[in-house]
Amino acid sequence: MRDPLSEKVKSLKPSGIRKFFDVVSEMPDAISLGVGEPDFDTPWHIREEGIYSLEQGSTFYTSNAGLLELRKEISRYMKRKIGVEYDPKAEVLVTVGGSEAIDLAFRSMLNAGDEVAYIEPSFVSYLPCIVMADGVPVPIPLKEENRFRLTPEELRAAITPKTKLLMISFPNNPTGAIMEREDLEKIAEVCVENDLYVISDEIYMELTYGVKHTSIASLPGMRERTVVINGFSKAFAMTGWRLGYAVGPERIIRQMIKLHQFAIMSAPTTAQYAGIEAMRHGEKDVEMMRDSYNKRRHYIMKAFQDMGLSCFEPQGAFYLFPRISEFGMTSEEFATRFLNEEKVAAVPGSAFGDSGEGFLRISYAYSIEELREALGRLKRFIDRLRGEQR
Amino acid sequence: MDEKKVAVQEGILGLIEKNSKLSVPEIAAMLDRDQAEIAQAIAEMEEKRIICGYNTLINWENTVHEKVTALIEVEVTPQRGLGFDKIAERIYQYEEVNAVYLMSGAFDLTVFIEGRTMKEVAMFVSSKLSTLDSVLRTATHFVLKKYKDHGIVMVGQKKSERMKVTP
Repeated sequence: MRDPLSEKVKSLKPSGIRKFFDVVSEMPDAISLGVGEPDFDTPWHIREEGIYSLEQGSTFYTSNAGLLELRKEISRYMKRKIGVEYDPKAEVLVTVGGSEAIDLAFRSMLNAGDEVAYIEPSFVSYLPCIVMADGVPVPIPLKEENRFRLTPEELRAAITPKTKLLMISFPNNPTGAIMEREDLEKIAEVCVENDLYVISDEIYMELTYGVKHTSIASLPGMRERTVVINGFSKAFAMTGWRLGYAVGPERIIRQMIKLHQFAIMSAPTTAQYAGIEAMRHGEKDVEMMRDSYNKRRHYIMKAFQDMGLSCFEPQGAFYLFPRISEFGMTSEEFATRFLNEEKVAAVPGSAFGDSGEGFLRISYAYSIEELREALGRLKRFIDRLRGEQR
Repeated sequence: MDEKKVAVQEGILGLIEKNSKLSVPEIAAMLDRDQAEIAQAIAEMEEKRIICGYNTLINWENTVHEKVTALIEVEVTPQRGLGFDKIAERIYQYEEVNAVYLMSGAFDLTVFIEGRTMKEVAMFVSSKLSTLDSVLRTATHFVLKKYKDHGIVMVGQKKSERMKVTP
């Protein structure tokens, strides 16, 4: 029998998180600091709108790009949040989560052999999506001493004549790093200079602490060369609804809609109705959640300080990325021992790319009671490791 | 009061309103303040009766303990110069009375009473409450089931469905 599989698919490494997930699922009594989603339920008024749409029998496909009403709301929301206007009829596409939009953007923009400079550590799907779109992934390892921000020097060093795209994501998963306006301005200059397009995954946009989010699309010369990926999952605690979107110049979005139409048809109708409600009336929920994450961020930063665990202070998302290299183990060894000895799951930094080696991703989307318990175990664990080292 | 102080107060109240078990060091960490400042702010609020107590929310229905709660609408005659305060005091002094609110609308006071049995509560209303001079009328409603109390859902048990590790 012939090999049924594509060489390209076979060449992809399975996600490092998947591997860890399998280990954790064998351990039902383990607690966790490993999730990449909010701990809030979707606010009731949003859920209720989804239920109402079902009661009304709104159970059909929507137009491929998504309900126009929702696209109009997204357009207003983008104007409000990042100060960029997008035509709801031609420059907004509603997708099945931000993840689908990432895949579509790469596939719509890459020709075989085009290089994509992408930041690392970063979300697990960028690299495989680039590979599946016949692009050549070129990771830019970000450094802790730069607070995991991308510098223009790092970007320049990654650019070759074949570089077509830059993929960035701030606030960042897994580091929690953000990029401020002046950081992005320097990056934008390099992009314009080198005629690069940008895919900017801003799914954690609503979760910044003490600093307002800036989108690279809002900088001079960038709107026409940037596709912004966003979604409802993190801002409105709607991960399970699978609702995301992409906004960008018409000529790119049009091709993304074409692919979306053939692969997906349209995003779930119930989720789209709920999404309209989220954008219209979800602002105070977002504020409440942001405030709550921020308190937990302070709490866990303080706990790290007290146990002498080195960690740069992240200003976005709901992750901390402490350095664990002092213990003389790889991230995976550390995470595995932590799980086996203390029954706490946390994701090794290396799951987010080679440059995540030496770090651990800690999510603080947990109740204080859960954090208290897990941090107590972390302290006990690292005290023991330090004892072993002596 | 200066803005910073108000922010600290509000931060503390926002946290302990939902969870009075938080310790001073924990509150201080979450608000990014030092412990002495938080301890002092709490002491001040206790002093000023901004913080009036630290109760525990108990769902008595899940215990073997027998307990009934009644909401009583009370219509009263306010007294010259004292308004409703005097009569409210005569009511809230009773140990059986859990809460007394002055209301707008068709009646004047809402009184929450707790007792072991319906009879006990009924006896209290007829012998103590209705007999007060200023009380014109009462209407007693027994609580049959508490679905939600103090912002906390009391029924059912929801287990988190989040997976333990996700990207």
